[in-house]
Amino acid sequence: MSEFIKYKEFIIDNVLINSKNNNEEYKHKINILKREIVYKPIIFIGTGTCGLGAGAGKTLNVVKQYIEENKIDAQIIETGCIGLCSAEPLMDIQLPNKNRISFDNVTQDKVVDILNNIFKYNNKQEALCQFPSENNESWEDVIPINEIPFFKPQKRIVLKNCGIINPISIEEYIANGGYKNYIKVINNDKPLEICDIIEKSGLRGRGGGGFSTGKKWKFALNTPSNQRYLICNADEGDPGAFMDRAVIEGDPHKLIEGMAISAFAIGATKSYVYIRAEYPLAIERLKIAMQQAKDYGLVGENIFGSGINFEIKIKKGAGAFVCGEETALIHSIEGKRGMPRPRPPFPATSGLFGKPTIINNVESLSNIAAIIENGKDWFASIGTENSKGTKVFALSGKISLTGLVEIPMGTTVREVLFDIAGGIPNNKKFKSVQIGGPSGGCITEENLDIPIDYDSLLEVGAMMGSGGLVVMDEDTCMVDVAKFFMDFIQRESCGKCIPCREGTRRMLEILEDITKKPANGDSHDALKRFKGITQLEKLGKVIGETSLCGLGQTAPNPVLSTLKWFRNEYEEHIFERKCSAGVCTDLRVFTIDVDKCTGCTICARKCPTDAIIGAKKTPHFIVDDKCISCGTCDEVCKFDAILIN
Amino acid sequence: MEKVKEILQNYSSEGRENLIPILQDIQDNNGWLSEGSIIEVGNHLNLPVSKIYGVATFYNQFSFQPKGKYHVQVCRGTACHVLGSASVLKELESTLKIKPDQTSKDGLFSLEIVACIGACGLAPVISINGEFHAKITSDSIKQIIDNYKQQQNN
Repeated sequence: MSEFIKYKEFIIDNVLINSKNNNEEYKHKINILKREIVYKPIIFIGTGTCGLGAGAGKTLNVVKQYIEENKIDAQIIETGCIGLCSAEPLMDIQLPNKNRISFDNVTQDKVVDILNNIFKYNNKQEALCQFPSENNESWEDVIPINEIPFFKPQKRIVLKNCGIINPISIEEYIANGGYKNYIKVINNDKPLEICDIIEKSGLRGRGGGGFSTGKKWKFALNTPSNQRYLICNADEGDPGAFMDRAVIEGDPHKLIEGMAISAFAIGATKSYVYIRAEYPLAIERLKIAMQQAKDYGLVGENIFGSGINFEIKIKKGAGAFVCGEETALIHSIEGKRGMPRPRPPFPATSGLFGKPTIINNVESLSNIAAIIENGKDWFASIGTENSKGTKVFALSGKISLTGLVEIPMGTTVREVLFDIAGGIPNNKKFKSVQIGGPSGGCITEENLDIPIDYDSLLEVGAMMGSGGLVVMDEDTCMVDVAKFFMDFIQRESCGKCIPCREGTRRMLEILEDITKKPANGDSHDALKRFKGITQLEKLGKVIGETSLCGLGQTAPNPVLSTLKWFRNEYEEHIFERKCSAGVCTDLRVFTIDVDKCTGCTICARKCPTDAIIGAKKTPHFIVDDKCISCGTCDEVCKFDAILIN
Repeated sequence: MEKVKEILQNYSSEGRENLIPILQDIQDNNGWLSEGSIIEVGNHLNLPVSKIYGVATFYNQFSFQPKGKYHVQVCRGTACHVLGSASVLKELESTLKIKPDQTSKDGLFSLEIVACIGACGLAPVISINGEFHAKITSDSIKQIIDNYKQQQNN
């Protein structure tokens, strides 16, 4: 039960219906709800999935134990993820009249020290940052959060509340400006007006395709029907993207409000959230938030006396990447195999159960409330000419700071990777960044200065996709990356159309051939490998042009993109049979350093193919033809005598 | 089978729309879909068993053999791959002596590959019964698995 439940009447009467925001009492109450003013210490712990993975659960237990043992009257609040995954677990402390202060990497062993320093000596130790507030005193020598290089260039619209507010407190969300505009919209505006605002704001779908959201809504609105549906696509199957999960875990009410406004705009009274079953925490928090919205009368029948009805149902995905495609997703909700069908008819005219259906992704829907609040011109002023607003990116791979960043469109890739995320760790050299997951491509050193928007990414053979950025350094083999994506796609291909089902399998086989040691050295085998590259290009073109759905049409992209930018690596694998990144272990050639080998015979005994010969106490040799490059000899050698090329 | 009947009571018999949620509930409760439970679902929804089997085999979430007491999911997303999840998987296979989608003979462990569990910032990641283990190395795997084995013995 929320501690703010006693404010329910105040919120409904004075915040949502008649806002009297210049009276002192109102301001004071809002400040309490926003936790600008606190009367007892609060300890915030980031318990999103990343936080829990890094040990936030144990941190939480130690904090609970500490305040109990020391009889401190403090409150503990679990928040979502602020975006700095590599600094998890994060713990914030807010004392009465003092700014909220944040600590990073707070594993269970560090908790007692930090809390002792704060509560016993009023000393902040090494804090990460503080949250500036005009109502409170600031800490000396602690950097404000908006001046940290990771946060400074960001513009947070979708992620504004994530990691800051209590995700399962509707009162806090409303105090921060939530749901007010929804009530205004359903009482004063016409659906077409809302579609217009969204269209003119320039918002484009954040799930990958980049189609104008307002335009799509109008298709559904203009199709006569007694029932329309809104579906929120939270089936974030794209490996390397996790922003939807973070938004739902950190600020579920933002999504619900966005859905409520969208449903009104298209004239839908029923909606679904299609969410991955792999996100149990997000589902749990969303369920709680939905119940709260119901209790406040924001979801249900005749909302705030407007005559508008709106209901939300959760549908758990059952683990199929192709269900991110809209027609496949619809089939899955209908209880069928999640296979796409040809379009047209587009779902906007004939979708779920044959009715007009709009499918928007979590990030698109989470932008809606802010656009309605601040106006279309405000949104259109952010970003580039054809790509408006911000985009959330998930940074992972070989990068110093991993996590979520939200930046205005038009920021360069270099700024994101090097200014915000701190570049490549361990003094390694940057090689490439993969954007857009299995449908996307890679961006190399020479294209690092392109501005991120829908069109410039397409120009260099990549695509926005859902916004996963996986960074690769010199130790990553691009042929191996292409093989990884092909393996993923051919497993996830639904099998309905031949180019995708058979073609992706053939492409994978070619890539496997290239990265494998040839079974024998005959000329036929060598020719097959040489032909690999041209076959890959040809197959890729056919699959792209003839597949039924987006999954198949974009399936060859990772291969074509790596072929374009890293052809030399493919050639090295084919002609020299070498992987300079050392990833394709099958291509390694093992020899024994005769000076170091003592003839202990351990390698010969452990070799699974008996490829090592030699007499006791004399240097051993490896028979090339028998060696399968498994690396066992290297693992067992105590004298460092195995050389790998 | 009692459990299956109980689950079915929560869903009206009309509408194929309920098929996947029913199968998910059975999977969550029993850990797998037995032949008997599929037939039961067919009777309830008035659908041919072949159709149900067709749907169930399409989605990765459903398994047709019992899972282990500790279900190990290895994330094979892009970030995890770049940071070495292939060797994590190999190490797990040799430690648990099972391949993906198999359950160990003692019924203790089962292994599954998942596309991405959305914790890319902490790659490589594995999840055991829903509990995440971050930044896995071949050394830490042995330790984690030993911990679970010990839990079992105590």
